[in-house]
Amino acid sequence: MSAPAFETRVRQSLYAGRRWHPAEIAFWLLAGAACLLFPRQSLLLNEIAILALFALSLDLILGFAGIVSLGHAAFLGTGAYAAGLLAKHVTADPLAGLGVGMAAAGLLGLVTSPLVLRGTDLTRLMITLGVALILYELANSFGGLTGGADGLQGIMMGPVLGLFDFDIFGRTAYLYSLSVLFVLFLVARRVTNSPFGLSLRAIRDNPLRASASGVPNGKRLAAAYALAAAYAGAAGALLAQTTQFVSLDVLDFHRSADLTLVLIIGGAGYLYGGLIGAVAFKLLQDAIATFTPQYWMFWIGLFLVLFVLGGREIIHGAIKTVAGRFARLGKGAAR
Amino acid sequence: MLTILFDGIAYGMVLFVLGCGLSVTMGLMNFVNLAHGAFAMLGGYVAVLAMQRLGLPFLASLPLAFLAAALVGIVLERLIYRPMYAKSHLDQVMFSIGLVFMAVAGTDWLMGSTQQFIRLPVWLQGRFEVAGIGIGRYRLFVIAICGLLAVSLQWGFTRTRFGSRLRAAVDDARVARGLGIPVSRLFALTFALGSGLAGLGGALGVELMGLDPSFPLKFMIYFLIVVTVGGTSSITGPFFAAMLLGVADVVGKYLVPQVGAFIIYALMVVLLITRPHGLFARARA
Repeated sequence: MSAPAFETRVRQSLYAGRRWHPAEIAFWLLAGAACLLFPRQSLLLNEIAILALFALSLDLILGFAGIVSLGHAAFLGTGAYAAGLLAKHVTADPLAGLGVGMAAAGLLGLVTSPLVLRGTDLTRLMITLGVALILYELANSFGGLTGGADGLQGIMMGPVLGLFDFDIFGRTAYLYSLSVLFVLFLVARRVTNSPFGLSLRAIRDNPLRASASGVPNGKRLAAAYALAAAYAGAAGALLAQTTQFVSLDVLDFHRSADLTLVLIIGGAGYLYGGLIGAVAFKLLQDAIATFTPQYWMFWIGLFLVLFVLGGREIIHGAIKTVAGRFARLGKGAAR
Repeated sequence: MLTILFDGIAYGMVLFVLGCGLSVTMGLMNFVNLAHGAFAMLGGYVAVLAMQRLGLPFLASLPLAFLAAALVGIVLERLIYRPMYAKSHLDQVMFSIGLVFMAVAGTDWLMGSTQQFIRLPVWLQGRFEVAGIGIGRYRLFVIAICGLLAVSLQWGFTRTRFGSRLRAAVDDARVARGLGIPVSRLFALTFALGSGLAGLGGALGVELMGLDPSFPLKFMIYFLIVVTVGGTSSITGPFFAAMLLGVADVVGKYLVPQVGAFIIYALMVVLLITRPHGLFARARA
């Protein structure tokens, strides 16, 4: 095959990936309609949207770049504290807080990426875990700034875009979070279907070969890591703004562990995994928490063990069948 | 100052006993078992219960802790750990975190979330002074037991037939299997031994580290530091890593308490960056 012909083929496959599938449109319409369908559940919906954004962030590095992480909460916490502190001391504008949260977390991602990008999977797991623990300790020790174990209180948020006030039922919160999620999802979708995203997948599948064909592995991975960090920062900022409270819990280890479970449920590497996983995880958590509020950690642990031991294939098989049926429906409609 | 150093050494000794089992299992099967702390917790609770409910003396409860943890270890290895060896590191990590969560919540349910205590026998209480250094009797006892264990482990690892088979399997499991070494039985035995040691360490550590249901999560990072810093190919590596960690942690908490656990995490990250294959890594071909 000649080089130009090959280039056209790659280009076409990237374009094909960017095309919208009917099922995707249905998914987002449903997400938008959710606050009308379940008006009483807006707070839960908001949590789902934030968790979905957080999971999207991990999916970017785990599913596409193959970087394992056990310390993603570091970026969630950084974003949350940055947005919270900004709202408390500087301006109550939510979008400014979102931008600052993303920038802070992205910067942290960029700074820590040289540490993460070396060594084996095991070293990566340890280092990401270590970084998250260090941040937790820092937030705990600098109580004057972060409120320490009491949390950062007294955050008052202004209206979104100067128009929409946050109400106590969480409707504005959900629509705000969902819009941010949607916009960032569009960006992620575009990035993963770009030559940059393609090179990330090449690195994931075979780093040696990728670097042999001219991909600057280190820089690409660092860029992906920083991008994912910024996404997690956005999730943290949303969390801080919509709950108007930041506690040490945002940096806790269980956040990172739960997040991995979310991705395991939904499946990594196709962007929707994190979103589907977030819905399933939160509903599951909600259901378990109603009948056994104190010991739901046990059930989460059990689900983790069962999933890894073999339940995952079953779930993913089911998702694939459903997706296949949707695909056929979509094709039928197009004809 | 020397008293603090002494306390640090005692702490490091317990960490060594807790972590050495993990280092061997990690080296042997390349398996990341974050649930190692759960076995330690089991040992701790068995010791506490044996003393409180059955009225056993402290010394008798220690071997009981070892046996209980080893037994549970061997059963779990047979039943659920074995399918995990071939999976990716991330899967193994998630799996063992799941086990940790279950252990934490389950213990909370069974025992309550309060801190557990052990009443030490009179001859282990208090401290005496030697040349101006205050020496806690219990800490001396811990150092003696763990030192003895370390020496015998080192002896077993380097001088016995079991040890040489184990080292061969750690170096290259496939070749070892090809030479007729029963690697999987070897591994089950080692896993049981490692879990048992963790249980013993947990029982010894109740007095020094405290014991409540969040124990496996709280100390997970310590074991991991011992293993990643010490490397997985010897007993001496984890031993010195544990000493370093114990002394650094205790000294740090005494001298600059507000920084807290920060020091050891920073230490771990720095060590992992400068020596990604462990403090005493051997060059591998």
